[in-house]
Amino acid sequence: MPILSLITYAPLIGVAAILALRFFGKAEDPGTVRAAKWIALVTTIATFALSVLLVVQFNPATSGFQFVEEAPWFAGLHYRMGVDGISVLFVLLTAFLMPLCIAASWTSIQKRVLEYLIAFLILETLVIGVFCALDIILFYIFFEFGLVPMFLIIGIWGGQRRVYAAFKFFLYTLLGSVLMLAAILAMIGVSHTSSIPELMTYHFSPGLQTWLWLAFFASFAVKMPMWPVHTWLPDAHVEAPTAGSVILAGILLKLGGYGFMRFSLPMFPQASQMFTPLIFALSVIAVVYTSLVAFRQVDIKKLIAYSSVAHMGFVTMGIFSGTAVGEQGAIFQMLSHGVISGALFLCVGVVYDRMHTREIAFYGGLVNRMPWYAATFMLFTMGNVGLPGTSGFVGEILTMTGTYHVSTWTVFVAATGVIFSAMYALTLYRRVVFGTITNPKLQTIADLDWREVAIFAPLIASTLVLGVQPGTVFNLTQASVDHLVAAYQAAIGG
Amino acid sequence: MGFSADLGLAAPELVLAIGALVLLVAGAFAPKASQAVGWASVLVLAAAAFEAATGPFGRAFTGGLIADQASAFAQVAIFASSAISIPLGQRWFKRQGVDNFEFPVLIVLAALGMGMMVSAGDLISLYVGVELHSLALYVLAAMHRDNAKASEAGLKYFVLGALSSGLLLYGASLVYGFAGSTVFSDIALAVKGGASTGVLFGLVFLICGLGFKVSAAPFHMWTPDVYEGAPTPVVAFFAAAPKLAAMVLFARLLSQGFGGAIVQWQQVLVALGLISVGVGAFAGLAQRNLKRLWAYSSIANVGYAIIGLSAGTADGVQSMLMFMILYMIDVTGFFACLTALTRKGRAMETIDDMAGLFKEQPGIALAMTAFSLSALGLPPFSGFFGKFYVFKAALEAGVLDEVAAVIGLVGSVVAAFYYLRLIKVMWFDEAKSATDAPPVEAKAIGVGLALFTFPVVMIALHWLDGAAVNAAHAFGLT
Repeated sequence: MPILSLITYAPLIGVAAILALRFFGKAEDPGTVRAAKWIALVTTIATFALSVLLVVQFNPATSGFQFVEEAPWFAGLHYRMGVDGISVLFVLLTAFLMPLCIAASWTSIQKRVLEYLIAFLILETLVIGVFCALDIILFYIFFEFGLVPMFLIIGIWGGQRRVYAAFKFFLYTLLGSVLMLAAILAMIGVSHTSSIPELMTYHFSPGLQTWLWLAFFASFAVKMPMWPVHTWLPDAHVEAPTAGSVILAGILLKLGGYGFMRFSLPMFPQASQMFTPLIFALSVIAVVYTSLVAFRQVDIKKLIAYSSVAHMGFVTMGIFSGTAVGEQGAIFQMLSHGVISGALFLCVGVVYDRMHTREIAFYGGLVNRMPWYAATFMLFTMGNVGLPGTSGFVGEILTMTGTYHVSTWTVFVAATGVIFSAMYALTLYRRVVFGTITNPKLQTIADLDWREVAIFAPLIASTLVLGVQPGTVFNLTQASVDHLVAAYQAAIGG
Repeated sequence: MGFSADLGLAAPELVLAIGALVLLVAGAFAPKASQAVGWASVLVLAAAAFEAATGPFGRAFTGGLIADQASAFAQVAIFASSAISIPLGQRWFKRQGVDNFEFPVLIVLAALGMGMMVSAGDLISLYVGVELHSLALYVLAAMHRDNAKASEAGLKYFVLGALSSGLLLYGASLVYGFAGSTVFSDIALAVKGGASTGVLFGLVFLICGLGFKVSAAPFHMWTPDVYEGAPTPVVAFFAAAPKLAAMVLFARLLSQGFGGAIVQWQQVLVALGLISVGVGAFAGLAQRNLKRLWAYSSIANVGYAIIGLSAGTADGVQSMLMFMILYMIDVTGFFACLTALTRKGRAMETIDDMAGLFKEQPGIALAMTAFSLSALGLPPFSGFFGKFYVFKAALEAGVLDEVAAVIGLVGSVVAAFYYLRLIKVMWFDEAKSATDAPPVEAKAIGVGLALFTFPVVMIALHWLDGAAVNAAHAFGLT
């Protein structure tokens, strides 16, 4: 059974069903809208079930690609799909967050609901496709087309300055990925193959590697995003609807880290080693500088967006440490950040849906009216800070441990970021949740309803399970990461 | 080879020539039957395409006409594209109150000219083909004669087209003078191992003349004005097929006639290509009129095709053919959509007119979005694959270094801004007033072609790739 294609294209079945509804019913009819929402929810849950099945069947003992599908396409290209320990969990993460996004948009999206759901389902197909693609052109197609649904999600259902944010998002990422396309074409030209596994064993000359590495870096650094090309992210986050932010922070940012691990490190090892100091420098700047920037924000979403940039700094640092511990930490940090930052944006969404503002100063004393919300928000704030017992701790400590022997100073500076993150996150929490209610508009604010509880429950569970039992993740990633690191160390002669 | 065998090789052209003349006479005697003439023209084009696809290959008329895989490939595409534009245009003219049978006949004549261009084997038939199709196009551009803009477009097109024909002829005579022959294969013998300065001079003039026809910068000045003024369905026609014909002619002339001077023309083409990409991208930013916008977009896209051609390899020619075929679908489809759109009887031509189109006409808006994203080169739409082929061929041939390739691709990021602006207006903004119900044939053509940009292309690519490979190898490049 071609399970990867099934998972990838399963959301499109939902798209087809919603389109059929659109043709046969009135688009704005409440019945149609409700049916479309259920279709989307059921489709995404089914996709999640399939991806759980995938992870269960996944054999953690081998480092190679599994569930490989292959068919000739055109001009020597192939339709190739496959997952290894690095990508399989990202498929799961994507499929996990999607139903939550649909549920989170249940009442907050009022206009053009059908189109909204279609955009999300298409986005799910594309993102899963990115993680499964084993042909570099196929990868590029999934990677690049993801811009369009996200452009529409921000541009149609976003906030005040949505058009500006949508354009900025699109053009920034397009510029990066166009450079990557040039590099991809050059790679195919030199190696005469477009297969990712074959390219991983191909030896590009060191001079060419430098160029290729820079081109891929341009794309992934923007996606990641790394300082100083992160400026599109706060804009996009602030203007996107809640579910859009969850997808953006939870999944789309991971494409950058995944790309570094899948392409930069194994295909251009010499160049990666050469540029490691640059990456380390940018990473610590991201950690320290954006943490400080986050501290100064007046908008809750913007604060969390900047904190995402800071947390991604740990990921890039871990990836380019070139050690097994660092890579494991980077993967873990990405998964954990996917859950925690997604949850934090959902927390913002909860109060935004009620009050329609994200200004920190507007809130205060929410604990008096919303105890359950306060507890939930507390847990994810702690996860964001990296409190032991939550998943946030594991990723940070591993990336730092892994990098420690490679560059002690980098870790020393990055560790201050942990303190900064406690500073801004706890301050945010104090100002929004603690104290007494001074704003009369908050007197009637309601606590979480059953739908929101249902959304947060799996997120809380996974944050705690990952925090206490990180070994489940490492078992799956171990073989592939060891293989990646061994090949990298052999290539750079270390 | 006997005369009758020669005629057999020229079968597609003969079908068109006889068909056009018969239909012209028939139309003159039965002016009421213009619709029938239209459908008969479609049949004539279909018959010619069939002849081209199945006909024998060889050289006819002492090298003046060459029927090979390349000409067959291009002719099928050109005749199909011409056939599509007949119902599109005739219905449009009828709605404007101009019910004429000349329109389909002129399209057939233009197709005849283009058929000659792609199978031309010497400079004389090259010139005759170019002139035949150009004259038909001048008339088509001005056909909506009560409209001042259309007349202006026709006149402008004619004057500048005549200038380019002059350049072409001047170049041809120089080449003849220095190489001693007008037949491509004899010219190839003369320039083997290096072309003399006189021949190169002639070649540059030929390139300039053809550059006009494909509207490559810096010979693009006429394009925005003519696109803006000419009737929209006519633009749908002459933005597509004639470009392909001229590009194939370009490829044949350069590879079969001037293969010995490859080093010289490669540089010229790379420059032409990159300048076109740049001009198309940056000048397009300032346009509010969609027809002008797509004129600049076509300039940029022709630039990419020329970059593919500049590789000077069979892969390069193949990439150009793929790019042009895929681009023809975009541009024909886009203008078909534009033909379909009116608001209270007035054509919608500016970007602002498109406000809220997604709510009003979701099918057409989706189609236009697909064409825009495809022209921008975003995967998985067909235009991406065109660019993929072009840059792959150019990089492999080493004609573009990394920096030039990056410049070319960055041009598409600049152009992305105006395509996105169109999408933004269609999807994000609110409509000011309702659009009229779109005519069936224009909507069907637009939406049908949009399906080709995605997902049909995914399956068709494999087949198209093979056909283009065969066509490209007919030019004898490696």
